[in-house]
Amino acid sequence: MALETIRVSPGFQKFLPKEYQDLVENGPFTKERKVSELGSFKEILEEHPMCAGCAMTLFIRVTLLALPSVENSVIIGTAGCGRLALSQAAIPFVYGNYGDTNAVASGLKRGLSVRFKDKPKDVIVMAGDGGLADIGFSAVMHSWFRKEKFTTIMLDNEVYGNTGGQESGMTQKGMVLKMAPNGKKFEKMDMIGLAKTSGVAYIARIAPTNPTRVANTVRKAVLIAREVGPTYIQAYTSCNIEYAIPTPKVMDDAREVEKDRYGFMEYMTDDAKAYWEKSEADRRKLKAPQTK
Amino acid sequence: MSEGLGEEVKTNPQGDVITAAPAPTKEAKKGAAAQRVVDPDYLFLQAPREKTFITGSEAAKEAIRRANVDVAISYPITPQSETMQQVGYLYAEGYVKDYYRGEEEYGVMSAIAGASRSGVRCLSATAGPGLMRGLEVISSWPGGRLPAVLLIMCRVINAPLAIQPDNVELSYMLNTGCLLFHAENQQDFYDYALAAFMIGEKPEVTLPVAVAVDGFFVTHARGWVSLPAADIKLPPRDCYHEAVPMMDNENPPIRISRDAPIQKSNFISYQMHASWQQEIWAAQERSRKWIERWLGGLVEVVNPKAKIMIVASGAAVSQSREAVRQAAEQGIEVGLVKIKSVRPFPAEEVRAALDHAEKILVPEFNYVGWLAKEVKSTIRGSERVISGPRVFGGMSMPTELILEYIMGTPNRR
Ligand code: SF4
Repeated sequence: MALETIRVSPGFQKFLPKEYQDLVENGPFTKERKVSELGSFKEILEEHPMCAGCAMTLFIRVTLLALPSVENSVIIGTAGCGRLALSQAAIPFVYGNYGDTNAVASGLKRGLSVRFKDKPKDVIVMAGDGGLADIGFSAVMHSWFRKEKFTTIMLDNEVYGNTGGQESGMTQKGMVLKMAPNGKKFEKMDMIGLAKTSGVAYIARIAPTNPTRVANTVRKAVLIAREVGPTYIQAYTSCNIEYAIPTPKVMDDAREVEKDRYGFMEYMTDDAKAYWEKSEADRRKLKAPQTK
Repeated sequence: MSEGLGEEVKTNPQGDVITAAPAPTKEAKKGAAAQRVVDPDYLFLQAPREKTFITGSEAAKEAIRRANVDVAISYPITPQSETMQQVGYLYAEGYVKDYYRGEEEYGVMSAIAGASRSGVRCLSATAGPGLMRGLEVISSWPGGRLPAVLLIMCRVINAPLAIQPDNVELSYMLNTGCLLFHAENQQDFYDYALAAFMIGEKPEVTLPVAVAVDGFFVTHARGWVSLPAADIKLPPRDCYHEAVPMMDNENPPIRISRDAPIQKSNFISYQMHASWQQEIWAAQERSRKWIERWLGGLVEVVNPKAKIMIVASGAAVSQSREAVRQAAEQGIEVGLVKIKSVRPFPAEEVRAALDHAEKILVPEFNYVGWLAKEVKSTIRGSERVISGPRVFGGMSMPTELILEYIMGTPNRR
């Protein structure tokens, strides 16, 4: 049914904008699209009001492409730059209150599981470092402890970008930002360590330097969350405005930061590993006869 | 729970009776499976009832048992009422489909917002300080048009903090956009809580409903409650017939503009905000016919012709009834307007009931006198209103105090 709700009834075709029809016919709803195909089809997110060259937008664009079941996904966000783009994407988006993302996602996912027993409905939280590590910290941690089956993606720009550049818990020690006039006094919060401690099934740290890798990571996180338990992706998505990175240098910065302290890292619990290996093997088996 | 009676009764530091969590019996599980859905009219108005002597918390439990709840989310805020742990037993027995203990009220109320968006029937309950923690989220439920039922067991919220009943917290609920019913006793708490689910989910309403009760006096004390059989329950939530689409990707449009961030400073955002808010308060008005049908009206009027009238809600109504009786013994006729629904506020009814009155008292269990303010701003001739008597911080309200206000004119407005 989910896909049917997107399709245009024949009688209405002439009334709906060309963009919508294009999205339904050529978008990522019906076919799995590769990152290399970006630009050749109508995407889930096109227009957005984020700053030119913001690495976060590229990351979000790739994430939306990688969702294993776009037509059955709901995204939850909160105040911050990311939601400016997310709320304009062709995917249901919940924008609730400050720091409530993982609590809303818990209720939503459980409710959807009660109503749709045999149909996976994916819930994905996508919010900033402030939203998840500071104001939403308690909800994030408890959703992990409770083993809620959804994915949390942190758009970690290491600053409150949307409110004009204040330090967050994820800011690096020593950085001079608003509300840290003498430089931040404590270390960047170790959310990855906390995720491990709280038993998150799949954890990844990533920078957007390799879009195919971003797509694979997102897909893996969403599928593991569906079957095993909570998953967490922490993505470096620089704020070129507050950190004064010249727009053409955004990717250079990402590469540097990646090399220096944000290298790709993946961690899975044994349960998640067992599930993933089996499901990939099944997938290959399923694909094999079709390629003949 | 009645097992404790007669034996040694253990209490926790706040004086609540400690009840061990009984594992659900096979029989209990059968009970849940055997329940059948009936028409709400039948369940509320026609089904034969039997009287039981139970606490307010147990009355709420009996409402939830028959409410066909999908997801219930709890937190043991201090002061605690037993209700949400009772709901836990209902979950263990299969009457509620999913249930968990959340991190704290902000998280719980947010999770309710998520669950309601998924299309399931959901419930939480809280008390005093817990309500205040959840208030940021609760204030955003109506704009999201999120039906859910919130039970509130009123307790002190201001310093010095205490675990006693005091309903000042309801003054914060008045302007959230949630429907708000105030139960007088155990029976009301059962009836209002159960009807709340159906009223809030009506397509023309599509709003959360809070059902408040004065903690301790009602939640921890026993009273007579007439209950229909336990083998019947409400029909499930019919989410596709509500005012807004569900967040389940099963109904168009794919973009749910209901949840777009309307934070830009431009004319569209002003318009949007205004229209959402207007819709909420208009929807409140549209709930009236269901309150009339299932709760017998937004008010109850006793001795309508009396020159001295009392207006009260919640536990203050019971005390006022007794004062009315005692005054009659002394040959003074006093009338009473019981406010069942605080939101929507029964302005017309209150005006009509008080038009002829020469003196109007508003006894309340809080310091600020929120109900007196409501009444004064509603009627003609507000100088007739004596805002009181008022008790707070857990004090009980002696009927003598109300009688004093009836007989004399205390030097206080
Ligand atoms: S303020 Fe920073 S994070 Fe926000 S959109 Fe602009 S560049 Fe991106």
